[in-house]
Amino acid sequence: MKLIQAIIKPFKLDEVKEALIELGIQGMTVTEVKGFGRQKGHKETYRGTEYQIEFVPKIKLEIAVADSRVNEALEAITRAAKTGSIGDGKIFVSELQSVIRIRTGETGEGAI
Amino acid sequence: MFTYKFRKIGLSFFGFFILSVQSISSAFAQEGSLVNAGDTGWVLTSSALVLAMIVPGLALFYGGMVRSKNVLSTMMHSFIAICLVSVVWVFWGYSLAFGPDVGGMIGNLDFVGLTGVGPEPSEGSTIPHLAFMVFQLMFAGITVALISGAIAERMKFSAFVLFAVLWVTCIYAPLAHWVWGGGWLAGLGDLDFAGGTVVHISSGVAALVCALVLGKRNGYGTDNMSPHSLPFTVIGAGLLWVGWFGFNAGSALAADGIAASAFVATQIAAAAGALAWLSVEWGYRGNPTMLGAASGAVAGLVAITPAAGFVGPVSAILIGVGGGVVCYLGVFLKNKMGYDDALDVLGIHGIGGTWGGLATGLFASVGGGTGLFFGNPGQVVIQAIGVGATWVFAGVGTFVILKVVEGVVGLRVSKEEEVIGLDLTQHSERAYG
Repeated sequence: MKLIQAIIKPFKLDEVKEALIELGIQGMTVTEVKGFGRQKGHKETYRGTEYQIEFVPKIKLEIAVADSRVNEALEAITRAAKTGSIGDGKIFVSELQSVIRIRTGETGEGAI
Repeated sequence: MFTYKFRKIGLSFFGFFILSVQSISSAFAQEGSLVNAGDTGWVLTSSALVLAMIVPGLALFYGGMVRSKNVLSTMMHSFIAICLVSVVWVFWGYSLAFGPDVGGMIGNLDFVGLTGVGPEPSEGSTIPHLAFMVFQLMFAGITVALISGAIAERMKFSAFVLFAVLWVTCIYAPLAHWVWGGGWLAGLGDLDFAGGTVVHISSGVAALVCALVLGKRNGYGTDNMSPHSLPFTVIGAGLLWVGWFGFNAGSALAADGIAASAFVATQIAAAAGALAWLSVEWGYRGNPTMLGAASGAVAGLVAITPAAGFVGPVSAILIGVGGGVVCYLGVFLKNKMGYDDALDVLGIHGIGGTWGGLATGLFASVGGGTGLFFGNPGQVVIQAIGVGATWVFAGVGTFVILKVVEGVVGLRVSKEEEVIGLDLTQHSERAYG
């Protein structure tokens, strides 16, 4: 099992969600986050005074997937979140040791 | 039902009010100076409009521009300013500004405690002396409140209280006397319809001196000091705009043609100022901003203030456009020079007031004023004297007052208090959450 964390542009959330649902992904967790990468934030100007806003609002989307589905999930996120311009975000993939469904106590891929 | 009853009560109060004014006017009217109901109604309404410029107008305008940890302290500055000035004005402020002239410099103490300032009109006036007094009270209040934009986010509250009392007494009262109280500038023929020098230059220059003496905010130039609530600022600017009709058209001290002329000039100069600021910003920066539109409207309003009753509509547009452009440059200048006039009091009120004062000497054509473009070049010189005298007097005077305040209670909060924020450290409360 893998845990996929995707940092995406907020306005792309709906498209990414639809693409994942089409794949049959059943659940996801979404958080409003702030951060910066090579884009280094953006500038805001107030009465001519410029401020470098380093932490740009992004959406962090987390899903757990079975190993067999990782590639198609990654492909779907990449396709749906891409605009081609700077600041499209990143996807992190990590090993997921275990999953437990709290209600039933199921574990493993069946609990995803 | 409740509303209806309430309205009925309200109407009967209103009726009682009108009856009272009439009975007072008949009881106290003296030869040649009868209270005029329309004039009185307009000046009292205007007084309330000018109050709305201070609270909530200026409180919101400034409060929105500071960081969220200082919004209450910033709003408090406007609030406390009008409270302090109201009391000072009764005890000695009004007398110093509008009491019988002493050497062209200041009023005497005849009106201390408002002695002799009653419901009857003073000579040559059509409104109760009290109405004139309270209208002028609001002007004094807003002038002190305006200065607070320069000292935002770092001045001790006790220091501001002491500063406000000293400043309205030692700076505002004499300046108001010079121009409106029969002082030496009035004698020269200086034109200042609604307070370009007395209110805007004086507060703007005082703000510059305050910014220089207090020093920059901790983290200026490196920390993000962007406005915490621009919607507050936009609402505040809107209230300033509305209130400015009282400020300018009310300064006619009558409900007459001059008031209408000043009213129209006020509206179009504000609009022209906003458009001008936005145009410069759009061309130079690439984006027209809401804060720019609000700032430009206020700049246009400041610029038209001294000219409001003396110019026609086309001149008003030119003065408004000039206000928007020079104030944009004024704010730009601050960023270049590096002094921390936190909310641009000098950039907008000082520079806009200076432009307006000089422009009055160029464009005056109605209401008893004649400017350079209408065949009276001497007026510009008189205006320049008025502007220069105000700069020097307000500049030097403010410096002395700040040194006195520094000696008595100190000026700035500690660095730690500044980092925590003035809301918590000066007032033990927080605005949000």
